[in-house]
Amino acid sequence: MDILVVLENNNGAIHRMSLEAIVAAQKLADEQNLSNAILAIGADSNALANAAAHYDTGEVLTAEHNLLSVYNSDGYAAALRQVIDQEKPSYVFFGHTYMVRDYVPKISAQLQRPFLCDVISLKTNDGLSFAKQAFNAKLAADLGVASEGTILVSFQSAAFNADLISSGSAEIREVAVELDEGMIKTTAEEPFQEEAGGVDLTAAEIIISVGRGIGKEENLPIAEALAQAIGGEISSSRPVVDSGWLPSFRQIGSSGQTVSPKLYFALGISGAIQHVVGMKGSKNIVAINKDAEAPIFELADYGVVGDLLEIVPKLTEAILAAKN
Amino acid sequence: MKLCVLVKQVPGSESALRIASGNTWVEDAAALFEMNESDNYALEEALQIKESLGNDSEVVVVSMGPERVQKVIREALSKGADRGIHINEIPEIKSDPFATAQVFANVIKVENFDLIFSGLQSDDVGSGQTGVILGEMLGMATATLVMATEVQEGSIKVKRELESGWFQWVSMSTPASITIQSGINQPRYPSLKGIMGAKKKEMKVVDLSTAVTIEKQQSFANIYLPIADKKTEMIEGNVDQMVSRLVDVLKTEIKVL
Ligand SMILES: Cc1cc2nc3c(=O)[nH]c(=O)nc-3n(C[C@H](O)[C@H](O)[C@H](O)COP(=O)(O)OP(=O)(O)OC[C@H]3O[C@@H](n4cnc5c(N)ncnc54)[C@H](O)[C@@H]3O)c2cc1C
Ligand SMILES: Nc1ncnc2c1ncn2[C@@H]1O[C@H](COP(=O)(O)O)[C@@H](O)[C@H]1O
Repeated sequence: MDILVVLENNNGAIHRMSLEAIVAAQKLADEQNLSNAILAIGADSNALANAAAHYDTGEVLTAEHNLLSVYNSDGYAAALRQVIDQEKPSYVFFGHTYMVRDYVPKISAQLQRPFLCDVISLKTNDGLSFAKQAFNAKLAADLGVASEGTILVSFQSAAFNADLISSGSAEIREVAVELDEGMIKTTAEEPFQEEAGGVDLTAAEIIISVGRGIGKEENLPIAEALAQAIGGEISSSRPVVDSGWLPSFRQIGSSGQTVSPKLYFALGISGAIQHVVGMKGSKNIVAINKDAEAPIFELADYGVVGDLLEIVPKLTEAILAAKN
Repeated sequence: MKLCVLVKQVPGSESALRIASGNTWVEDAAALFEMNESDNYALEEALQIKESLGNDSEVVVVSMGPERVQKVIREALSKGADRGIHINEIPEIKSDPFATAQVFANVIKVENFDLIFSGLQSDDVGSGQTGVILGEMLGMATATLVMATEVQEGSIKVKRELESGWFQWVSMSTPASITIQSGINQPRYPSLKGIMGAKKKEMKVVDLSTAVTIEKQQSFANIYLPIADKKTEMIEGNVDQMVSRLVDVLKTEIKVL
């Protein structure tokens, strides 16, 4: 087997980022004439496998065991490792989800094989190579792999477009995995959601989002005045919440809310992927950042290079004047 | 309890990044270094656990890199860590989490730590793997993206962050290696007394470059500026000109005024 895509279960359905990984596998299989397969692990694996069997893939595998009914990193790593030992794929593809971050490095350690993570692109022009972001997305890196054997690869959210998935029909085959309780070092409780706060940012038409570039808590009124002038909600990147300047329900990103307003103002936000996944669907993105090289400008529709502490108050004034 | 914290020195968010010749890393001379953000939270968590447990606990800070990384070790010592280990840089493996973990495993296995704390991701390499691989190599339980800890005799319970505002409590016996998410606590600043006291604390320097075989798995083969694919209108001019163009955009293009 050449490429094996591992599915993640998202409330009984295939995680969107797993679909993106299937698209990556289909593209690579096409271009290099390789075989591919899809694997569903653990609870609901039959339901997931049935759904996956409608995609263009060589076959669909399932690996199930009662010790996998609740996600745990040791059990998942052991099960997938056994599948890899049996099937010997050259590449194992994943979406770069929080779960993948949690258990796939274990397989890398056990197999002594590289885990190329958070990959943004796959290049086939001159052999096969993968690229990732580095230095907080300010640079990109083509990754070199030192030796022959299975390579584990996870793809960044939206590196591939799930809408481009090709359909087909595939057989389902069960792979036996042997686990025992002694392998599992952790006990997990049921997932829970922390109580949400007072505002529904997903309904906001205009969002003024502040990042670490706001400098200090005392500067927040500068952004709040703009929000008031233009009729928007305040949100922020993670460090602003981490510092205790805003409550966590105002955080946008992979661990916060996902929004797609008509207008998203990014003030002093660098544009890290974990923030971007929460706001890239915005219809119009305006970024103000003093660093012309900040990655947010790769995404913005309108960019202003400058000091937000100077520009935003003047903008607020001009907006108020324009409205009168 | 013996607690270990992996603390990495990385170019800070305001640092200039100039690609060094060879195109595999950035120039040290141009960069402004600081403690990796999530490592600072990891250190704080370890210090708080030590303080809650009382005096026979120890926090040992470990960092790998060139001599300059002793600065972040000292910073950690001045916040209350007990001693430091500086592992000399092995340049060929600095973008390889597996080989990095292998070096750490070699150096710290004799310490028999109960808990290893690391950041969930480094700001330069950004693999988010080192702490998990290290734990696995040392036969420890592991957990990632930790947002709270409760330590008991022989075990630890951690609150893990899942996607989109979900969480999960996970318990495990020690020894364990856990990776800390930013925001778990409010990191302290070193006190003047701490800074003075840190000078007297032990800092061991270890050189492993010839002592062990390291299996390199991956590396940055070529680094470059990202290629933008979206067309962005950069609004230029002095502040007044930029503001007036912005108002124009809001009025006539985005139509929100
Ligand atoms: C698993 C995981 C989950 C995460 N979840 C989230 C999440 O949900 N949401 C999130 O936002 N992040 C999340 N992060 C963190 C993320 O990786 C970034 O660290 C974070 O988004 C950076 O926030 P920032 O852009 O505000 O800060 P920085 O990256 O520090 O950027 C600050 C920016 O402000 C600019 N600036 C500074 N001063 C000024 C000024 N006076 N005027 C104008 N510009 C200025 C700087 O040039 C810089 O670009 C997560 C990370 C991980 C690893
Ligand atoms: N050279 C290093 N020195 C100290 N700690 C490190 C080093 N490399 C990685 N780490 C630790 O491992 C974490 C994850 O790094 P990474 O796997 O590179 O994303 C960091 O946040 C640090 O806690």
